[in-house]
Amino acid sequence: MSDRETELAALLRAANAGDAAAYARLLEAVVPLLRMAARRHLVRAGMDTSDAEDLVQETLLAIHLKRQTWDPARPVGPWLQAIVRHKFVDALRRRGRHVHVPVDDLVDSLPAEAAEEPVAHEVARHLGGLPRRQRDVVQAIAVDGASIRDAAARLAITEGAVRVALHRGLAALAAKLRH
Amino acid sequence: MRTDHLVRSLAADGAAVRRPEAVLPAALIAGALVSAALFAAFLGPRADIAAVATAPRFLLKFIETLLLAATASLVMLRLARPGARPAGALLLLAPALLAAAIGVELATVPREGWWMNLTGKNAMVCLVSVPLLSLPVLAALLVVLRRGAPSRPWAAGAVAGLAAGGLGAALYAAHCTDDSPLFVAAWYTLAIALVTAAGALLGGRLLRW
Repeated sequence: MSDRETELAALLRAANAGDAAAYARLLEAVVPLLRMAARRHLVRAGMDTSDAEDLVQETLLAIHLKRQTWDPARPVGPWLQAIVRHKFVDALRRRGRHVHVPVDDLVDSLPAEAAEEPVAHEVARHLGGLPRRQRDVVQAIAVDGASIRDAAARLAITEGAVRVALHRGLAALAAKLRH
Repeated sequence: MRTDHLVRSLAADGAAVRRPEAVLPAALIAGALVSAALFAAFLGPRADIAAVATAPRFLLKFIETLLLAATASLVMLRLARPGARPAGALLLLAPALLAAAIGVELATVPREGWWMNLTGKNAMVCLVSVPLLSLPVLAALLVVLRRGAPSRPWAAGAVAGLAAGGLGAALYAAHCTDDSPLFVAAWYTLAIALVTAAGALLGGRLLRW
């Protein structure tokens, strides 16, 4: 079992128990892997790689909303790969393509060095279509970098209401990206 | 939106989570309680239940249907987990037991009685009651599956239908006076197939992610 597998498993185990810092580190570790896989996937399918980052973000949302399906007794790699495969195949089908491109060795591959933060448009586009409170909360926390407490103070609602709106907003974004 | 910004919001939403396995028992109990209430209100146990309570063919109906419910629930959980092997062979256990019971029935009941045992007295009641008793359990299982991530939503829904059908049929078995494995093989199977089809249809719609 590789070092990265061990590291990701430890982070995800802590994250699923509610450790937010471990969860942030897990996601940061996964992003470069997803970027490389997305680019490779689109190239193999003979498609434009300019929307690779949209694929990355959609997959991140799926990982987030389905993180409870990981069995701690099993390695993270195959689980993560299955989610990535599901989202990638789904995304290509929506783009009018029915291709099977294998997603392999995700965890044990070396991520490419990111030159600069790539851009994605789909999440931002759908953000505008959310109910007002969900949109305000996601905007405050994601884009403006507010904490839960800051967002609550700024929007004059309780922290509990911020958490609910954030969770519903992210779930709604994932649903909108599917269509 | 920048990906590091999205990550920031995901991390902020990073509360502790419960695995589908952890919520399954409560969901099953809730669904089964609603079904049991329906059973008590509309069907009730057969009049001679005390007399037949130890009859092998009567008991076998519960063993077969509950075995189906248990194995289908396990397979359903596998289907809900990305990258897990489905373990579909488990689903053959209940049909294998039923096939063995049919063998014994055919060996012990004279040929003239086969048709009567197969058609029974309650075929239509069975076909209506089992699906209705199964629906609350199917709804509960679909709620569990919504937390999961099935790569084939219709298959996960179908197996949830099998599990729900097994539980619904186990309840109905306490009402039904037809105990022949021939009757079970024909009518219980058909009724459970209806629930399975409903599960596949609902799963295909509700379980996409």
